[in-house]
Amino acid sequence: MSNSSFASSSLVIAQKAVKQLRLEASVRRIKVSQAAAELKTFCLQNAHKDPLLTGVPSSDNPFRPPKSCVLL
Amino acid sequence: MRSPLVPEMATQEVQLNETLSHLKTESETLKTKLEEERAKLHDVELHQVAEKVDGLGQFVMKTRRTLKGHGNKVLCMDWCKDKRRIVSSSQDGKVIVWDAFTTNKEHAVTMPCTWVMACAYAPSGCAVACGGLDNKCSVYPLSLDKNENLAAKKKSVAMHTNYLSACSFTNSDMQILTSSGDGTCALWDVESGQLLQSFHGHAADVLCLDLAPSETGNTFVSGGCDKKANVWDMRSGQCIQSFETHESDINSVRYYPSGDAFASGSDDATCRLYDLRADREVAIYSKESIIFGVSSVDFSLSGRLLFGGYNDYTINVWDVLKGTRVSILFGHENRVSTLRVSPDGTAFCSGSWDHTLRVWA
Repeated sequence: MSNSSFASSSLVIAQKAVKQLRLEASVRRIKVSQAAAELKTFCLQNAHKDPLLTGVPSSDNPFRPPKSCVLL
Repeated sequence: MRSPLVPEMATQEVQLNETLSHLKTESETLKTKLEEERAKLHDVELHQVAEKVDGLGQFVMKTRRTLKGHGNKVLCMDWCKDKRRIVSSSQDGKVIVWDAFTTNKEHAVTMPCTWVMACAYAPSGCAVACGGLDNKCSVYPLSLDKNENLAAKKKSVAMHTNYLSACSFTNSDMQILTSSGDGTCALWDVESGQLLQSFHGHAADVLCLDLAPSETGNTFVSGGCDKKANVWDMRSGQCIQSFETHESDINSVRYYPSGDAFASGSDDATCRLYDLRADREVAIYSKESIIFGVSSVDFSLSGRLLFGGYNDYTINVWDVLKGTRVSILFGHENRVSTLRVSPDGTAFCSGSWDHTLRVWA
């Protein structure tokens, strides 16, 4: 590759990089405190529906072996 | 005697080089500005916000099923929406569909290549997609007739110029999203095999991808050997956000169930959480004693737990809000290479280089 064609393809790459960075810089952001609060709220609101978190009784979980019945 | 053209070419070259260095300076300035803008909004840590949240108690999670049958390293697995079937793929070229309740093998396909690094279940449950060193993603309709040769109905969908690292159906059986060692991701129409959109931006192999939960819209996240996690607009092909805080390859990315964040697992032995609205990393899940890479991550249904499969054969369970480890699960006898929580969150499945898959609950 000649010097000038190397420079011009590097130019295209550099132009794309600048364009991409400008796009990323323009993203609207919120504060971490607000974002974190919302992540926390989502977790807490859905906690009761999370079987791995709350644990479900063996009889309801198809993967857990059901407890054997003891006949008196 | 020098040609009169030489001075002109030399001037052009000088101009190009000047423009190039000007662009590089602008690049650096923009990068610094981006970091400054992100830092301005970094007013608190996630675990501080979660200080008053109740800690999690003891977890008793055990292997409830062991799926044996692969002849070599298990590389990938995916759940069917019916919450009981699993597809898995292996280094020996085999793709197996299991009934995880009974541990029976329902289908088996032998691929023409070894290292089937990616597999996915179609939303309808009627087909599976897979690929690897063949650089392709192929779709196999699953037949109810156990004797039917699945390989005969195989449909080649995606073509990359390097290995297929991951694949996922979108919300229908009609489109597949792929990532590849060729540094790109691509969206394909299954019926025609047509390329619908390609995603360029990673500077090295793309290793993983995850689609945003359908309510969140048409985006997906990818992670690669360039240590970057990129968020893409599926319609335009544009990279809309990029995160580069990992210190090594990103092996796995997974959206938080609300779609507002995603987790990543890396060869740098950490998992990290990135919030999309704050546009930054908001948590790191690591310990000095954990020095082996993370191969795959997934969230429990509420997003409170993050499961990570590691190259030291263990699965670490993290409290996403508090940043602490709540459990460490032993059982596999080699690297954990793949891990997914079931669609209804009642269990999760891990696949390993020890040739087995385990279902934990």
